[in-house]
Amino acid sequence: MSDYNFAYLDEQTKRMIRRAILKALAIPGYQVPFASREMPMPYGWGTGGVQVSAACLTPGDTFKVIDQGADDTTNAISIRKFFEKTAGIATTEETAQASLIQTRHRIPEAALSEDQILVYQVPIPEPLRFLEPSEVETRKMHSLEEYGLMHVKLYEDISQHGAIATAYAYPVKVEGRYVMDPSPIPKFDNPKLSMAAIQLFGAGREQRIYALPPHTRVVSLDFEDHPFEPSKADHDCDLCGASDSYLDEVIVDDAGGRMFVCSDTDYCRSRRAANHVGAQGAPYEDARA
Amino acid sequence: MTPLLQVRDLAKFYGARRGCEDVGFDLWPGEVMGIVGESGSGKSTLLSCLAGHLLPDRGEVIFDTQLHGPRDTLSMSEPERRMLMRTDWAFVHQHARDGLRMGVSAGGNVGERLMAVGARHYGDIREQAVDWLGRVEIAADRVDDKPWAFSGGMQQRLQIARNLVTGPRLVFMDEPTGGLDVSVQARLLDLMRGLVREMGLSAIIVTHDLAVVRLLADRLMVMKDGRVVEQGLTDQVLDDPQHGYTQLLVSSVLQV
Amino acid sequence: MYVAVKGGERAIDNAHAWLAEERRGDRAVAELSVAQIREQLSLAVNRVMAEGSLYDPDLAALAIKQARGDLIEAIFLIRAYRTTLPRFGVSHPVKTSAMRCDRRISATFKDAPGGQVLGPTFDYTHRLLDFKLAAEGEVAEAPEAAPQPGQTPHIMGYLNREGLIKEEVPDEATPPDLTREPMELPATRALRLQALTRGDEGFILSLAYSTQRGYARNHAFVGELRIGAVAVEIDIPELGFTIEFGEVVLTECETVNQFKGSKTELPQFTRGYGLVFGQTERKAIAMALVDRALRWKELGEEDQGAPAQDEEFVLMHADNIQATGFLEHIKLPHYVDFQSELELVRKLRREAEGCAGQEVAE
Repeated sequence: MSDYNFAYLDEQTKRMIRRAILKALAIPGYQVPFASREMPMPYGWGTGGVQVSAACLTPGDTFKVIDQGADDTTNAISIRKFFEKTAGIATTEETAQASLIQTRHRIPEAALSEDQILVYQVPIPEPLRFLEPSEVETRKMHSLEEYGLMHVKLYEDISQHGAIATAYAYPVKVEGRYVMDPSPIPKFDNPKLSMAAIQLFGAGREQRIYALPPHTRVVSLDFEDHPFEPSKADHDCDLCGASDSYLDEVIVDDAGGRMFVCSDTDYCRSRRAANHVGAQGAPYEDARA
Repeated sequence: MTPLLQVRDLAKFYGARRGCEDVGFDLWPGEVMGIVGESGSGKSTLLSCLAGHLLPDRGEVIFDTQLHGPRDTLSMSEPERRMLMRTDWAFVHQHARDGLRMGVSAGGNVGERLMAVGARHYGDIREQAVDWLGRVEIAADRVDDKPWAFSGGMQQRLQIARNLVTGPRLVFMDEPTGGLDVSVQARLLDLMRGLVREMGLSAIIVTHDLAVVRLLADRLMVMKDGRVVEQGLTDQVLDDPQHGYTQLLVSSVLQV
Repeated sequence: MYVAVKGGERAIDNAHAWLAEERRGDRAVAELSVAQIREQLSLAVNRVMAEGSLYDPDLAALAIKQARGDLIEAIFLIRAYRTTLPRFGVSHPVKTSAMRCDRRISATFKDAPGGQVLGPTFDYTHRLLDFKLAAEGEVAEAPEAAPQPGQTPHIMGYLNREGLIKEEVPDEATPPDLTREPMELPATRALRLQALTRGDEGFILSLAYSTQRGYARNHAFVGELRIGAVAVEIDIPELGFTIEFGEVVLTECETVNQFKGSKTELPQFTRGYGLVFGQTERKAIAMALVDRALRWKELGEEDQGAPAQDEEFVLMHADNIQATGFLEHIKLPHYVDFQSELELVRKLRREAEGCAGQEVAE
């Protein structure tokens, strides 16, 4: 791959993406159109996140990629390998060691710091899309702050189900202005959206970049009498015993037996390394040793 | 007292053809103005221009806004105009389908305008929705049903509830009884008359049906070929029409 | 004792190795060369060039080989490669009036200067499987005629002289570049045509077909269809003049559509336009029909709510690389979103059962 530029994209393209990122940071929650390039991986598989990461990476960076919270899912591996090859940068699975983290569908459990960047892969950036299919109309709704329809959706949920039936990609309002799709993270992660790190959202196929600068006020939409509730499976992690982390449910036998494990693999590993043991866990052995 | 709406020298052309021209009038708070004429007389074009759905070629539509007093709505920015449309103004379409969200429950339809202006208490929104359904004679147990499961008359009543829930200061109505059965029309008219009196509504109603204006309108404008040929108090115009066209219009009704 | 699944990296490597072996197929059968694909599967090569937006028959043939004949996969390979190429310059608009036509037909006039030239077409072949091809026999040489002297004039020009067809006013502005700027709607016609020419052949074909069946019918005749080579010219600033640096084969289709007129305007025909890389005549005709359907606003026609009239619907869904990527991404892990839905459904069921239980108790 030595024929390609550092981090694959040419410098002109990276500059164009950086301009979009700066604009996005200046208007938190606003979707900035950008001339997304065709990447050597399919649309819908993180091309937006990959382009944002490529525009942010420098040779001194340490890069981490997670998909569903895990470093070892196939698409995370594939993206990590892509940047190892095209940028030759250091990679890590340890959240605290990474200067740039690309994620799909999760926010790491460990709090991020001001010198870190979190890049999200976004499939559909438009929070109003499934209420209003036309892009022309939704852009107008954002510019005029016409968000009544968003609450109509939540109202309908409660009137039909007795509760807001949105479990992931739960819409938020940014700094009291733009309604934003936080990407398909579980609503459990929504409270973490107000954080110290820079958060960048890249949607390749839909050609949009948006951002949350550090410590931005991000509020999940709700009703006063039906407040937003972050939720997770009512269990502790069976490997590390954590009661505060988001859990994957795993089917372990033919009888349909279940166990619950941390979706954030690095969080689980670090807890086990510190000698926390869950109900079905074994004492920690450092696999990397 | 300031007129609620002042219309000055309004004109709209479609290429060389006149939509409407030389239209001017004042509408006072609490007043209901009827606009009658045959199809093609320019009355719907006029209503669209007044309500901001169509940009006229000339003229002023000055609305007495709550914050800034009289303002020309045509020179307002789009955000201001759209804000007006979801707060002080309401528009009742001829076809309920055009004014309702057919995939959203009756309660959600009525609640949308409340939520659009910031209501965030589910219980209150629902309570107001149920209250309004009652006022337009829709049973409370239909609150979670979708409008497509309603009859034409119910859909039209739901549309009216959805428009009036935020207490608009000016209501535009485009043939509100058109396309409904005669018996359904009578009930709707009766209901509308009650609401107009009870709420002291100001309204502009476009219709080709003189029975509608006789019942609801304080004042009447008669249009022909895009121009106003006669205007005055409703009873006066209908009982003692001066213009030949109005006489024809009135006599054709009397024959029916 | 549960151990989390690891080893994704090795699984990926092994999958790629297996894929390479499957692509090669039975080693007892001779391997296909890129040249064989280029020469003998040339219509597949043309489609890959057209939808890949890159005119290079050798690369397209290579992509088809690498993609095991999956043309959308091949188009994807070409697109990803194309993005990395530097741009040296912008050519002049090609002159299709100077095309060296291999094929040129009109459905609107029985004859016209330049004549009707059938060219290498499937049109009048009887679709009978030719088992001789299985025996790998050589084909006889086709008879040849001397090329026609001079240029072949466009049929539309003759209608234009009479003012019978709506004049298209040339626009001197540089058209937007779909591959370098984000799609912004509403789009100009230039942008729409770019999106259509690289759009998925199946999608454009189906949309065009829908207009013929009444979803925004616009009564199209093929005014002219021509296929052939045109010169590509570019200005060289250092030299101060224009050079011809190559030629490309194109398919161009102009349709004559239902006339328009009003009290102030005389009745006139209107047109739709299709221009596609290579011999790709189905695509070019379909493109012209969809182009015409999308022009309803500009031509003062009614919005019938038909799919082919909806610019946003057509342009946002025409690209098969975008479509296939997003479609196929749903096979990626969605444990997290699914888990959150699972919990929600369980919670709602618990609450509903709780309520039902109470009602029974009461």
